[in-house]
Amino acid sequence: MTTDGEIIHFDNVGLRYGTDREVLSDLSFTLFPGRFYFLTGASGAGKTSLLRLLYLAQRPSRGAIRMFGTDAITVPRSRLPQLRRRIGVVFQDFRLIPHLSAFDNVALPLRVGGHREEDLTGPVRDILDWVGLSDRIDARPPTLSGGEQQRVAIARAVIARPAMLVADEPTGNVDPDMAFKLIRLFEMLNRQGTTVVVATHDLDLLRKVPDSLIMRLDRGRLSDPTGALRYPPRKTL
Amino acid sequence: MVRRLFNARGAELIPQARMSGPMPWVIAIMVAMTVIALAAGLALGNAVSSAKAEIEGGVTIQILEPRADMRAEQARRAVDSIKMLPGISGFRLVPQAELDALIEPWLGTGIGTATGSAIPVPALIDVRLKGPATPKALSTIETALKPIAPSARVDAQSNWLKPVFDAMVSLQLLAIALVALLALALTAAVLLAARTALGANRDTIEIVHLLGGTDTQVARVFQRSIGYDAAGGGTVGLALALVVILSLGRRFAGLGAGLVDNGALNWSDWLLLAVVPVLATLLAMITARLTVLHALRKML
Repeated sequence: MTTDGEIIHFDNVGLRYGTDREVLSDLSFTLFPGRFYFLTGASGAGKTSLLRLLYLAQRPSRGAIRMFGTDAITVPRSRLPQLRRRIGVVFQDFRLIPHLSAFDNVALPLRVGGHREEDLTGPVRDILDWVGLSDRIDARPPTLSGGEQQRVAIARAVIARPAMLVADEPTGNVDPDMAFKLIRLFEMLNRQGTTVVVATHDLDLLRKVPDSLIMRLDRGRLSDPTGALRYPPRKTL
Repeated sequence: MVRRLFNARGAELIPQARMSGPMPWVIAIMVAMTVIALAAGLALGNAVSSAKAEIEGGVTIQILEPRADMRAEQARRAVDSIKMLPGISGFRLVPQAELDALIEPWLGTGIGTATGSAIPVPALIDVRLKGPATPKALSTIETALKPIAPSARVDAQSNWLKPVFDAMVSLQLLAIALVALLALALTAAVLLAARTALGANRDTIEIVHLLGGTDTQVARVFQRSIGYDAAGGGTVGLALALVVILSLGRRFAGLGAGLVDNGALNWSDWLLLAVVPVLATLLAMITARLTVLHALRKML
């Protein structure tokens, strides 16, 4: 059951692909609005699988998930787009649409959300300027470097001001300066009320956001080193 | 809202082939064949109805008396009797000169002089009824003629051409069946194309879904893409078909045969042919939409 103020609630969630063993087991936690969460764990611990559940790319094999007050397991397909529009996602492999320009990739969430063309040009240019790609607006992803593609992916994830931002290794392909800048952007969004969940194994990154809470995955099970999963959360690093 | 998945700068969610892929040309061939089959069906229909209307009320009376004087007398009496019958709109005793002209291609001229005796060609009376030449109408004429012209034989003109009409109607049904089959083939081709396009763009579709795109938005993208292909292909197909129909029309017109001339297409037929690419485009778009929606339902 969720209570007021919770945006995500996992209750005894498990996930397996096919008939293999569970990649996620017995996950029970709650995410609260306006918090900054880091999800850490070794490679293969299940970070990406957990994020896929968070951004509704996957249904769990068992357990219950409530998102924004809605049962995400039984919600009809027709209502999934409304839920997804409240979530911004930075994919580990960027997943930009290769034949669209940087501008059109970033504008896509706004177009999908029904924004008028004249209303989206300014915000898209602003966000591309902010991530340092104002001179690459018309470039297509295959002509961009890995770091540039990652910045386009981040710009696309945040352009619609989502209630929750989910990022899978968002600073993996950028230099330290840009990584710091992107984390500042996430913090800025977080201060404006966006819940941020960043999966990373970069411990330096954790230290850059002192108010963050850490969820640690170990072989598909969650541990709670900073009390992120308790309420009220303990704020220590 | 959906239209904005395409922007003012021409970027489209699904890459557009625009007449460079096979789909528009498949549609062009389908539409061309459909238009030709439909034109054939319509022309046959016109020929049948026009010929039927012409001879529907036509009755031929043959006086088969071998002796010329008696034949002439029976023919005269028959004409007098027909005048009195109800339901007759006109009649004509075919003049001897016309009868001679009818057999001239086979027997030549001056046969009577050459053989010493004239060939007993039946006297013919061409009768037009106000209504169709039903068995009842024929029976009334036969009854009236029996006492005065016992050798008279009464035939509905439509009976002579019945096998021809039947064959033409069969051809017309064949044309209709061809049109239906081609529509089915077009649907199948679009279904395959939509599934292939779905497979090729699966990653893009998943991203759009994860960004909050709806099934309807994605389906409209495909529907629009196939719509462009179908409209382009349909126009090319119609143009090809018109060239074929017009050149065939000119060849048939050169035959100068009445039945063929009656098969000319009228303006409503041309309009119907022009509608074929529009219908093909609509069919393709609906098929694409339903196919994509059905496939998307299997995705989360």
